[in-house]
Amino acid sequence: MDVILFLIFAIIAVVCAINVVVQTHPISSAISLVGVMASLAVLYLLLGAEFLAAAQVIVYAGAIMVLFVFVIMLLNAGAETKKGQSSMALFLGGPLLVALLMLLAWFVQQLFPGISVHFGGFRGGSAQDVGRALFTTYLLPFEVTSILILIAILGAIVLARKEMD
Amino acid sequence: MNLWLIPVFPLAGFVINGLFGRRFSKSLVNAVAIGSVVLSFAWVLKILAGPGDLETTHTEHYFTWIQSGALNIGCDMAVDRLTAVMLLVVTGIGLLIHIYSIGYMAHEGGYYRFFAYMNLFMFFMLVLVLAANYLVLFVGWEGVGLCSYLLIGFYFDKKFATDAGNKAFIVNRIGDFGFSLAMFLIFKNFGSLDFATVFQQAPGSSEAILTTIGLLLLVGACGKSAQLPLYVWLPDAMAGPTPVSALIHAATMVTAGVYMCARSFPIYIHAPAAMNTIAVIGIATAFFAATIGLAQNDIKKVFAYSTVSQLGYMFLGVGCGAFSAGIYHLMTHAFFKALLFLGSGSVIHALSGEQDLRHMGGLRKKVPWTFATMMCAAVAIAGVPPFSGFFSKDEILVAANHHAPWMFWLGVITAGMTAFYVFRAMFLAFFGEYRGDVHGKHAHPHESPPVMLIPLAVLALLSLGGGFIKIPALLGEFFHAEEIPEDPTLVAISVAAGLLGIVLAYIMYVARPGMADSFVAAFKALYTLIYSKYFVDELYDATLVKPVVNGSRVLLWKGMDAGLIDGMVNGIGARARNIGGVLRLIQSGNIRSYATWVLLGSVLVIVALGIAGGLR
Amino acid sequence: MSGVPISWYLTLSAILFTLGVAGFLFRRNIITVFMSIELMLNAVNLSFITFSYYWKQVNGHLIAFFVMVVAASEAAVGLAIILTVFKNRQTLNIDEVDSMKN
Repeated sequence: MDVILFLIFAIIAVVCAINVVVQTHPISSAISLVGVMASLAVLYLLLGAEFLAAAQVIVYAGAIMVLFVFVIMLLNAGAETKKGQSSMALFLGGPLLVALLMLLAWFVQQLFPGISVHFGGFRGGSAQDVGRALFTTYLLPFEVTSILILIAILGAIVLARKEMD
Repeated sequence: MNLWLIPVFPLAGFVINGLFGRRFSKSLVNAVAIGSVVLSFAWVLKILAGPGDLETTHTEHYFTWIQSGALNIGCDMAVDRLTAVMLLVVTGIGLLIHIYSIGYMAHEGGYYRFFAYMNLFMFFMLVLVLAANYLVLFVGWEGVGLCSYLLIGFYFDKKFATDAGNKAFIVNRIGDFGFSLAMFLIFKNFGSLDFATVFQQAPGSSEAILTTIGLLLLVGACGKSAQLPLYVWLPDAMAGPTPVSALIHAATMVTAGVYMCARSFPIYIHAPAAMNTIAVIGIATAFFAATIGLAQNDIKKVFAYSTVSQLGYMFLGVGCGAFSAGIYHLMTHAFFKALLFLGSGSVIHALSGEQDLRHMGGLRKKVPWTFATMMCAAVAIAGVPPFSGFFSKDEILVAANHHAPWMFWLGVITAGMTAFYVFRAMFLAFFGEYRGDVHGKHAHPHESPPVMLIPLAVLALLSLGGGFIKIPALLGEFFHAEEIPEDPTLVAISVAAGLLGIVLAYIMYVARPGMADSFVAAFKALYTLIYSKYFVDELYDATLVKPVVNGSRVLLWKGMDAGLIDGMVNGIGARARNIGGVLRLIQSGNIRSYATWVLLGSVLVIVALGIAGGLR
Repeated sequence: MSGVPISWYLTLSAILFTLGVAGFLFRRNIITVFMSIELMLNAVNLSFITFSYYWKQVNGHLIAFFVMVVAASEAAVGLAIILTVFKNRQTLNIDEVDSMKN
């Protein structure tokens, strides 16, 4: 059962990811990305990360992607035109990517031979557990990231403000 | 006793005049400069009039200057009888010359600068005299050398003046090198540079070391006090203003060498070879310089060579063990030589700048006071009794005879020559007809103002009566010298030589004026040799100066500095620029190529990690 | 009952990451490039949570949480920058934003 669920949602995720990369119009890429995030949320659930699955949907799919869609709308971005290519990226990038993938997959295979994931195998991902860890062990990063968000808000406002004038 | 006040008053004068003098009026500059020297002189009198007769040395320790390992040097000042004599000479004559300078420098530019430098010189000279260890003495030694350079080159827009200043400083430096080596040797041998410590331990040291120290100190003294072979800077130093010649190059700075040798007498007493060397150099210099002085035509040059010669006498005295006689002659020489210089300055001032004896003459009616005072100095230097020069020179000659009779006879001949050239100068300047340009700018000789004449008068009195200040008695106990019996025959011989010189000069320059010229024509080669100062300057120039200058210009400057080092540095710069030019091409501005580079890098890192983890 | 081998999760994460890099390298539209970046971040999140399961600790979840937070702020600022760039240069072509050339 776990395997089937995993395979279904893994394939959905990969297909949507390919779609993000391949599609010419940005809005299609954005929708595909939402698909990736949703399937990832399911995979998180399978791994026992309940809180994070919910956070993924709410924050990523619900907020960040909406932001992306708004920006695409504001900029009235059209389909991409075929103009110059970077020869460096083209000739070197492809082989490198393949090499990267092969390396990572190989390492992963070697390192973790026999372990498998069962649904329910890890119970410590609930909101209570995450919250407890967040406000004790990770209190400092929590406070710092709250300042970081504040700075990001200010920065975004300053940068985009002049457009309104 | 607060000895430190003595040098600090002139130092304050220097600081005030140096920093603010530009905006002061002339009277304010005068007040500060003269006032500081007056205060210094007054303090000296107060100290000397105070309790105690300075039989023992009174030392004051102010602060520890250097404290490094075994080296412990304090800023110490000491006063004893020898110091007392030097202090009186320096501050007293310094005061008179400062007063004279008010009149002499009245029409010159850089008025405040002159007095600032003079005050600075007083400060350093007093530090030198009051020092209680060799290093503080060396500070004063170097300082007076610096002030000499500044004051010789006072007219800095004239090349010959700045050249003379450079020459003085550089030749002094050679002497200072010897002094430094002596100090190193003293420290290594005695473990300290304090006079008290060194002199206490001196009797117990080996004669070889003491002789070496003595000879090295003598090198320093030769530089500062213009003895053979380092005397060449003193005649050129006449390029400075006349009060400078009087103060620095007659009365005080050049006597620093004599003072230093006299101060180090415990070392010299136990190193007879060094003392003999001092005496030999002294008499040789005295004779040599006197011969040059016979033929000079510039009035200041005559007196410059005379100074070198008289300094030779002082060293002769020191070298023969008559330390108190040497210091005695230092004092009397300060009186009459300063007077001779100041007087010649008055003559030059009267003639609006003429210095050549051949263009003077008949001035005794025009500048009577100057003439009278200079005559006092002339008879003193010629050794005519009962004036001051007679007493001091006689003491030295008696000691010389006791040490080595040939020195006595050379000294007598030199005394005769001294009398001759001084009176030659006097007769050429003040007697006969005025040979100057009647219609030119030197045409109206006028007497100097009182501010210049009063110091001349005071110095004249001292030159005449100075012989009655019983210095030898005062210092005899200090130096623990043996009494040398007076020999009337020797006295008579030396006086006779002096009188003979005066008479000869009278005959050649007053009675029969043409005789001098025929003499010159008869002994042309010899005369040229003497007139050109034995070509010593030219010799030094060819053998020492030119090779060094050329070597450093061609080899070191153009070859090494510009070629090699600059080439290397510039080459590195060019190389860096080239490499940068190549690397610049990677920055294409294209984000995606950057990303590709990052990807490449990360792949490499992963591979490296894998290999490091041993999974291959 | 057989579970899913953990290496499969990690392989999936690698595939998604590689796809993200591909999008970054080969697309010319700035916004698409940004979305590829988000894809990469998601892949890494998956990897973190997998490892959290492996060690049976909640720390991985926390790290992934912070990654999400940072990605959110980065997206906000980055999109604001894109807006400004578009306003100045009227183009969304990443190849034309090359004033850093040489």
